[in-house]
Amino acid sequence: MKKVMKWIMLGFVLMGSLSFVEAAEKELMGAGASFPYPLYTKMFSEYHKETGVKVNYQAIGSGGGIKQVLAKVVDFGGTDAYLDDAKLREVKEEILHIPTCLGAVAVTYNLPGSPTLQLTGDVIADIFMGKITLWNDQRIQSLNKTVNLPKMRITVVRRSDSSGTTFIFTDYLSKVSADWETGMGRSKTPSWGATAIGAAKNAGVAGQVKNIPGSIGYVEVIYALSNGMPVASVKNKSGRFIAPTLEGVGLAADTDMPADTRVTITDTAATDGYPISSFTWVILFKEQNYGGRTLAQAKETLDLLWWMIHDGQRYNEELKYGELSKEAVKKAEAVLRSTQYNGKPILK
Amino acid sequence: MSASPLKVHKVKEKGFSAFLLFSGTLVLMVLGAFFVTLVLQSFPLFRETGLKFFTTSRWVPMENAFSVLPFIAGTLMTSFLSILIAFPFSMALSILLGEYIKTGPFAAAFKSVTELLAGIPSVIYGFWGIMILMPLVQSLQIKLGVIPYGVGVLTASLILSLMIIPYAASLGRDVISMVPGDLKEAAYAMGATRFEVVAHIILPYARSGITAGFFLALGRAVGETMAVTMLIGNSNFIPKGIFSPANTMASVIANEFGEADGMHTTALIAVGLVLMLLTGIINSIGKSIMKRFQVGG
Repeated sequence: MKKVMKWIMLGFVLMGSLSFVEAAEKELMGAGASFPYPLYTKMFSEYHKETGVKVNYQAIGSGGGIKQVLAKVVDFGGTDAYLDDAKLREVKEEILHIPTCLGAVAVTYNLPGSPTLQLTGDVIADIFMGKITLWNDQRIQSLNKTVNLPKMRITVVRRSDSSGTTFIFTDYLSKVSADWETGMGRSKTPSWGATAIGAAKNAGVAGQVKNIPGSIGYVEVIYALSNGMPVASVKNKSGRFIAPTLEGVGLAADTDMPADTRVTITDTAATDGYPISSFTWVILFKEQNYGGRTLAQAKETLDLLWWMIHDGQRYNEELKYGELSKEAVKKAEAVLRSTQYNGKPILK
Repeated sequence: MSASPLKVHKVKEKGFSAFLLFSGTLVLMVLGAFFVTLVLQSFPLFRETGLKFFTTSRWVPMENAFSVLPFIAGTLMTSFLSILIAFPFSMALSILLGEYIKTGPFAAAFKSVTELLAGIPSVIYGFWGIMILMPLVQSLQIKLGVIPYGVGVLTASLILSLMIIPYAASLGRDVISMVPGDLKEAAYAMGATRFEVVAHIILPYARSGITAGFFLALGRAVGETMAVTMLIGNSNFIPKGIFSPANTMASVIANEFGEADGMHTTALIAVGLVLMLLTGIINSIGKSIMKRFQVGG
């Protein structure tokens, strides 16, 4: 019996020293949106090389990221849809938003010959609501006079999981179509019709569109481009048809940004901006002393976020994410400077 | 201070049985805790909306409209359809291996293949379904003139039937090989053919065991998540036919739980509760049929 006790004691000692070692290596925890995950992975691995600080980011989805932040178990969260005023009032502590990059939602489809289509917001809305059911419908044909559209049934593919991508897409459609706003709504899980096929995650939607002839879906642009799928040019507010390119996305952000950086840039007023674009944010508590965090850890977190909106931006383009504009970076800096530890500012 | 050997022995004995008892109750308590958690966590939904969960048929999270009916329909349709598809194949296999080829390399090969099939992760079945099964179903749909979704109730049922055939077949084989030899010999002595022996002696004798096997397979089909989620089309409506996209109770939880909050989470937990009850009922029907068989045999 004594021997067993000895082993157990030894085990405890070992475990204790292990967790000590873990604490000695600097590590930050983040969780949330999967859309910027490829970029964040690259950024964090570079950051680890530069500073030796390890960042562990779990791509569990925007909603999950917000939950984890509110549960105070992570240093920061990631989300594609900012917390609205109602949600912010619900939370007792103040939450800050830091934009990190720009992305676009592309409308992709499976048609013989993969023509590049031009679509308007209300046509997209009516297709996804099931009001336009055939590809050679007069309303699609009149926008694409040079394309020979087949008499083919349109199959709508949508996200089955609740997602930030869906929110950006439906936010845009709600702005351009009153029918959409009342019938389907602006939501991560709108009330899809019975004939819309659901597929999980961006990759699932891209795969399903690739598999079903005559189908149409919406994905983060990188998923369409990397699969060699066609994407539609969408008519923006100024009446121009814009393709979801890095340039079009970057230009979309060329609007006034409020001080707290919470802004939607869907249906942008920018002349050459792609209308289904959005920022994605990192969120954190303004008061950084929570859940037993030390001042050093708070500083580590802020250093990382500062790096992400400055040096980290150079990785955006190669991974097909839009860079933050100078104005956006300035606003984000101000937000970062407003963080506190025990009521005192952390950054100088 | 040295204890007598007898005393040490007694302590060991008692300690061991206490340990066994503890482990046993722990398992029971975990099951109980599951149930209690599901009931408690889903309670706010029933308090808020009463029995709407079972009487309406719309599931629209953004409007806080939650009904489990589309998913019960999807679950029952896929699992019964898969049993229907699996039935002839697993019956044939059980008779072949329980009566015709009991030993030898083929029987051994079948046994290892069964174990292998049962061990393949569900996501692999799903992948295979998307790559191979989906285009097949699509070409069938094009021939029939229905919308070529490729995914839907039928596709999910086909993959489910593949997953449950090994289960049902190996249970069936065990039961058939347990049919007493003297019964069969008596039949042969009276001039019965092999087919007559199978049809009139073996199958009636093994009937309840085979049925139980199918119930256990059904229990697996009801709860299967990953492969079904990948192939069912994920539509939150009561399916209109076997080609319709649908959702099962397991697949809607897998789809929506990650980002759900508030009443949506509560409703998904309530779906989980219904799923757990349904699986429990199916399994206990299977077990009780099996028990009757054992007593009778």
